[in-house]
Amino acid sequence: MNQDVWVVVEHQQGAPKKLSLELVSCARAIAGAGSSGKVVAFVPGSGVGQVAGALGTRGADIVYTADHPLLQQYTTDGYAAVLAEALRAESPAVVLMGAAAQGRDLAPRLAARLGAGLITDCTGLEVREGVLVATRPLYTRKAIGTVRFSGSGTRIAVVLPAMYPVPAAQANRRAEIRSWPVHLDAKTIRTVVREVKTIQRETIPLIEADIVVSGGRGMKGPENFALLDALARALGAAVGSSRPPVDSGWVPHDYEIGQTGKTVSPQVYLACGISGAPQHLAGMSGSKYIIAINKDPNAPLFQLADLGVVGDIFQIVPKLTEAVKRAKSPS
Amino acid sequence: VNIVVCVKQVPDTEAPIRIKPDGSGIEETGLNLVMNYYDEHATEAGLRLRGQFGGAVTLVSVGPERAKEALRTGLAMGADEAILVTDPALEGADHLGVARVLATVIATLPHDVVICGKISTDDNAGIVGPALAEYLNLPQATAIAYLEADGSGSSAVVHREVEGGVEVLQVPFPAVLTVERSLNEPRYPSLPGIMKAKRKEIKTLTLASVGLDAPSVGGAAARTVLVTLAAPPKRKAGRIVEEDADQAAAAIVAFLKDEAKVL
Repeated sequence: MNQDVWVVVEHQQGAPKKLSLELVSCARAIAGAGSSGKVVAFVPGSGVGQVAGALGTRGADIVYTADHPLLQQYTTDGYAAVLAEALRAESPAVVLMGAAAQGRDLAPRLAARLGAGLITDCTGLEVREGVLVATRPLYTRKAIGTVRFSGSGTRIAVVLPAMYPVPAAQANRRAEIRSWPVHLDAKTIRTVVREVKTIQRETIPLIEADIVVSGGRGMKGPENFALLDALARALGAAVGSSRPPVDSGWVPHDYEIGQTGKTVSPQVYLACGISGAPQHLAGMSGSKYIIAINKDPNAPLFQLADLGVVGDIFQIVPKLTEAVKRAKSPS
Repeated sequence: VNIVVCVKQVPDTEAPIRIKPDGSGIEETGLNLVMNYYDEHATEAGLRLRGQFGGAVTLVSVGPERAKEALRTGLAMGADEAILVTDPALEGADHLGVARVLATVIATLPHDVVICGKISTDDNAGIVGPALAEYLNLPQATAIAYLEADGSGSSAVVHREVEGGVEVLQVPFPAVLTVERSLNEPRYPSLPGIMKAKRKEIKTLTLASVGLDAPSVGGAAARTVLVTLAAPPKRKAGRIVEEDADQAAAAIVAFLKDEAKVL
């Protein structure tokens, strides 16, 4: 086994996804703490040459492009087969994946195949006295666990979004780009991806957002989420919700933040008409700053919010949207 | 169609937990334990497949003796059989170890579909389902929000929520599925169901009786170890303002600029 730290890169439209770049930061921190470990980005896909360059400028030492038509779309079987072969051949010390649909699906499968140690939903990784240690929320964020890897062999960590910064691009920095030979038989892939229906939104995805604007029961109806969309567009934020709007059918399930939805940790979480039930806190209490707007001065979320505004969201949010636009305009 | 549903008993998420002073875990006394929330959705999915195609739903759990209560919840919902693997040697086992135990038991049962919750609400790991699929050498579809089996019960079309969209996947059976909460609305156990579940025998197995030994799946084989558990950093209430809408908007903009520095 060598000391290298691998990042399994997800990409779209020829560029690495934000979460994958955050993993490069994480990998640099771990590799720097060890001895002579290199940061290795592994890029599975079809026609991925373009992705490689961006990883070098952001801090990867080596980029493997695993290019194959059968890797065009993510499948558990296809990606697991290629990665298992690569990891067996190269035996890096650590493999990082993002806690998103792909990483959550793939990492356990791969860990089981390789007998690798696996820690999911990591909020941080560090080397303490030569041992790789992760922190992660447990019990719906009512506790934070420190978990260490033990035994020998590859260790896989699945890291939550927004835990590490996107490394700055250094124009003159280059990675060594290598082509990884993919041996993949179509028969290996047992599932068929019929289609990926993209949902067009005017706001950015939750997973990539530095600011999240979120609505709760206090939004009163689906039509009022347009107010949050407008505010989010002005801020460059994503829109989410607590559980009641999802259960009422006002917004789709992928909006949901909380115990039964997504976990987010943005710089700013702006909660509109959300009382702050424990089920919701489980998904957002790791946010850097929390702002809450609620009519009810006794809303539990005010106990956690850095800024609490008691008032009517239907009056405040439109004014806030205008004020943000003014603050952002160059004049 | 033979359906196996994996079940875990976990602390009720509605109630607070108490972390042991030494950080080794949580206090068990006074803890209200329930079937993992997502496993209710998994059980429901199994019952619906049985309703469509006939067959049987068998619940399998790995855990202490008390985990039988979670299995009884599933039996009361309508599952046919329940199996608990319980062994002191499983103390300290990691998720891969638990998946290995489940796979060993399930391999001895007829299984056209194996269904798990997408995560359990205690560890939040989401490891067991896909690892189980690997050990059983079956295809997998995780965190599914829609499931429609074909007329012959030999495959299914499922929807998975992915970033920015929905993946529509066809999965041949036998397969391992892990389920999202939006898949279905779990039924409540009926009173007769509860009465019947009380009388049902829950088959109890040990590691030895399934042909496994502690060094291969127990604490000694674990590749991850909990070092310590701590309360999350306490957040303090900040400033509260109660002003007219213009002033409130101005206060938020000032906060975004000066404190959060995102404007």
